[in-house]
Amino acid sequence: MQNNDKNKKSVRLNILKDRIFFITIIGLSLITVVPLILILFYITKNGILFVSLDLFTKLPKATGELGGGIFNAIVGSLIIVSISAVIAIPVGILSGIYLSENQESRLGQFARVAVDVLQGVPSIILGIIAYVWIVLPSGGFSAISGSVALAMMMLPLIIKNTEETLKLIPYSVKEAAYSLGVPYYKVVLRVVLPAGLSGILTGVLVGIARIMGETAPLLFTSFGNPYTELNPFKPMETIPHIIFTYATSPYTDWQNIAWGASFILVAFVLFLNLIAKVVASKWKVKF
Amino acid sequence: MENRSTKNLIDNGAGRKSHPLQLFYNSSFKTAVLICVMIVCIMLLAIFISLFIAAQPSLRKFGVLFFGTSTWDPLGGQFGALPFMLGTLLTSIIALIVCIPFSLSVSLILGEYFHSGPVATILNSAMELLAGIPSIIFGMWGLFVLVPIIRGFEASIGVTPLGVGIFAAAILLSVMIIPFAASISREVIGMVPNDLKEAAYSLGATRFEVIRKVVIPYAGSGIIAGILLSFGRALGETMAVTMVIGNSYFMPTNIFGPGHTIASIIANEFTEAADPMYLSALIEMGLVLFIITIVFGIAGRYIITKASVKD
Amino acid sequence: MNKIILAAAAFLLFASAGFSADKVDSLLGAGATFPYPLYSKMFEEYYSVKQMKINYQAIGSGGGIQQLISKTVDFGASDAPMNAGEKKAAKDEVIHIPTCLGAVVLTYNLPGNPQLNFTPAIVADIYLGKITKWNDPAIIAANKGTTLPDTPITVVHRSDGSGTTYTFSGYLTAVSAEWASKVGQGKSLNWPVGIGGKGNPGVTAYIKQVPGGFGYVEQAYAVQNGMPMGALQNKSGKFITASLESVMKAADVDLPANGQASIVDTASPEGYPICTFTWIILYKEQSFGGRPLNRVKATVDLIWWMVHEGQQYNEALLYGKLPPKAVKLDEDLINSVVYHGKQVH
Repeated sequence: MQNNDKNKKSVRLNILKDRIFFITIIGLSLITVVPLILILFYITKNGILFVSLDLFTKLPKATGELGGGIFNAIVGSLIIVSISAVIAIPVGILSGIYLSENQESRLGQFARVAVDVLQGVPSIILGIIAYVWIVLPSGGFSAISGSVALAMMMLPLIIKNTEETLKLIPYSVKEAAYSLGVPYYKVVLRVVLPAGLSGILTGVLVGIARIMGETAPLLFTSFGNPYTELNPFKPMETIPHIIFTYATSPYTDWQNIAWGASFILVAFVLFLNLIAKVVASKWKVKF
Repeated sequence: MENRSTKNLIDNGAGRKSHPLQLFYNSSFKTAVLICVMIVCIMLLAIFISLFIAAQPSLRKFGVLFFGTSTWDPLGGQFGALPFMLGTLLTSIIALIVCIPFSLSVSLILGEYFHSGPVATILNSAMELLAGIPSIIFGMWGLFVLVPIIRGFEASIGVTPLGVGIFAAAILLSVMIIPFAASISREVIGMVPNDLKEAAYSLGATRFEVIRKVVIPYAGSGIIAGILLSFGRALGETMAVTMVIGNSYFMPTNIFGPGHTIASIIANEFTEAADPMYLSALIEMGLVLFIITIVFGIAGRYIITKASVKD
Repeated sequence: MNKIILAAAAFLLFASAGFSADKVDSLLGAGATFPYPLYSKMFEEYYSVKQMKINYQAIGSGGGIQQLISKTVDFGASDAPMNAGEKKAAKDEVIHIPTCLGAVVLTYNLPGNPQLNFTPAIVADIYLGKITKWNDPAIIAANKGTTLPDTPITVVHRSDGSGTTYTFSGYLTAVSAEWASKVGQGKSLNWPVGIGGKGNPGVTAYIKQVPGGFGYVEQAYAVQNGMPMGALQNKSGKFITASLESVMKAADVDLPANGQASIVDTASPEGYPICTFTWIILYKEQSFGGRPLNRVKATVDLIWWMVHEGQQYNEALLYGKLPPKAVKLDEDLINSVVYHGKQVH
């Protein structure tokens, strides 16, 4: 009799502990959503007021003067990110092809580790590297040096996505192409890559979204420019850099522009991530 | 599944058009692929070598003492990295301590309790969104929203209400690494074999007991790997930290005071290191940061691979 | 596919040819945040008259000197003249051309923005960490009639290499023996207390946001942000606020031939004690790095304009105009700039 009671008590205690645990961790989990909501809320609340046509089309004004926009930063970001993409996409996709086909080779294993490690390198270090490799020898700051640093950041994302996607394509598809007498390079370019297009494109979009918001490597590579600059061999302004400059300034007008620019940046980045997800699911070739 | 014999045939020329242009395209494509992979491998080594060479003047002048000296005096040419090492460690460790309960909770909820449904969707989307927000935005929010809150908090507990400082940077960092840590631990928690858990349930264990006694021990190494990787991530974060850390050269005396991390001082001072020794000292710190991040990254990945091979 | 590649290659070739043009339509300068409000106005006007884009990045005087030494910019800007070590690193001779005068003011964040007086001793002690509260007896003594709150002083200084710091610390070195021995003068210091802001904008931002904040910034930043400026007791014992008059009184000195002079802690009875010239720095021999002649001419023309027509924008932004003697000196300095040994201007 007593044992039974004791057992009942300990069972109830256990159930109680279980409930408390569940409530605790679900509480903590939901709390993690709070910062996200706060961030999106404040960026929208402060930013949307200052998103205007002027913001998109005008150039920055001298300090203390009202008005102005971030046209130069928008153009600069687009150019720098495009150049990074042009650098990173071919290298990334081709490397991804190699890694998806060579699971055991030593070069493949080393490369895989290298990609993982590269992904963890702090962006400021990549900025230092671009400064040492490009800015110093070329004698000046340039958008290209910034693009190179950003391309190094984008590379691991593209490589991993490409590798994962292509690994999923069954070998029978390639076999069928080979059996028709198609050479290797055509098999890859005309059969394999199109089949894996959704995954690869996802990687590219996610990579672009990532580097669009990066500031640290641009501090001493693309430097900054109050004017619109189309020449990639010259310094250029970018959206994250102008946000940084304006946010840390005392001018309320500039801070407002920073909020507006932040809103545009967040909206664009989240939009890209959304498109990436849509591409991943809708365009996926199913085997 | 790969068909070895077919692959051998193809690699040795079967089915290949004998047109010389096709041969040229084919071999140049293969070369291009190889070159790209080599670029990736060499890149990492090149980064290390460049940093090492650029750090030489400082390495030779200050040696190992560099990391034990706490004076950072560009005017006098005295460079000691201890305040920034300490700042980096403090911010990252505090960030980690704050982050772990939250990320673990999220990964347990997603890995154990809710695999689908509204809760899973909310948490999954939240983690993805949080991970996608650029670091400069965290910096904006940190400077204009978090810092005033912390200032009020500091005033209420009787500390100098700066707002900016090590504490602000640590809190901001912890928010930033939550999605990262959560996704990695969720992965490993999901890998716990069902039959182990079912065996425990069949003995009458509650969910909590199963988690405590089966899931956590099994996924333990993977969770630790996730922690290591998040730590590595926190160490290298630059922009958000720079905006809220208060920029002080001195040894941080308390967490509510200002400080610097290695990443933030490089960001602040790189463009103005007029003295070659100054620049070299900054790059030396960059080299250290690079090495530490790599070590944590490799260690973390290694533990995860070992954990997933366990079955 | 091939056609696309060919077309892209052709485009890039033409594009890069266009980019490496002989036409110079922009110049790159970097440096002091001290004159940035003035320079950004000047360059905006320069663009409307000459269609020449001047990309000036305000990264601090230390940054300007460093980028000049690295030869990554056309000109630098600094409120601190290059020291011996920097001149050695630059190897080639660097000319310092004064462009305007400015005041470093002490600004603060207190409820009601009261007008406060500061003695040199108070300022030094605050920055040495000896005075920590606003209602310290020393501050109260200098401000009879003003109620001061029991708030801690949040000291703000520069986190980057700054000419403004150089000027301010030059003042403190002159007025406080303790400061001179403990900290000294320089662009980057071992500050005993305080948090660091990046650039004059960063310091102003911190003071504006933190109640009880206190720091030194160039005058235009305080004015443009509606912040109070303290009256500082000068060598003659008078409490002077920074203004165009008090700055010009302090600037009434004879400049040496190289244009570099310090005017802090002025002996002039009506002069503001923390004023300084600010300089554009550039190499005397402009043929480094394969610079084309038209680029050199554009740089020299810009600086000539800045010290002549550009001066009309100074006073509206509370920067002192160059006295006639200084303009004459600048003309001599600009005329000494050579390209392959030949005078440019």
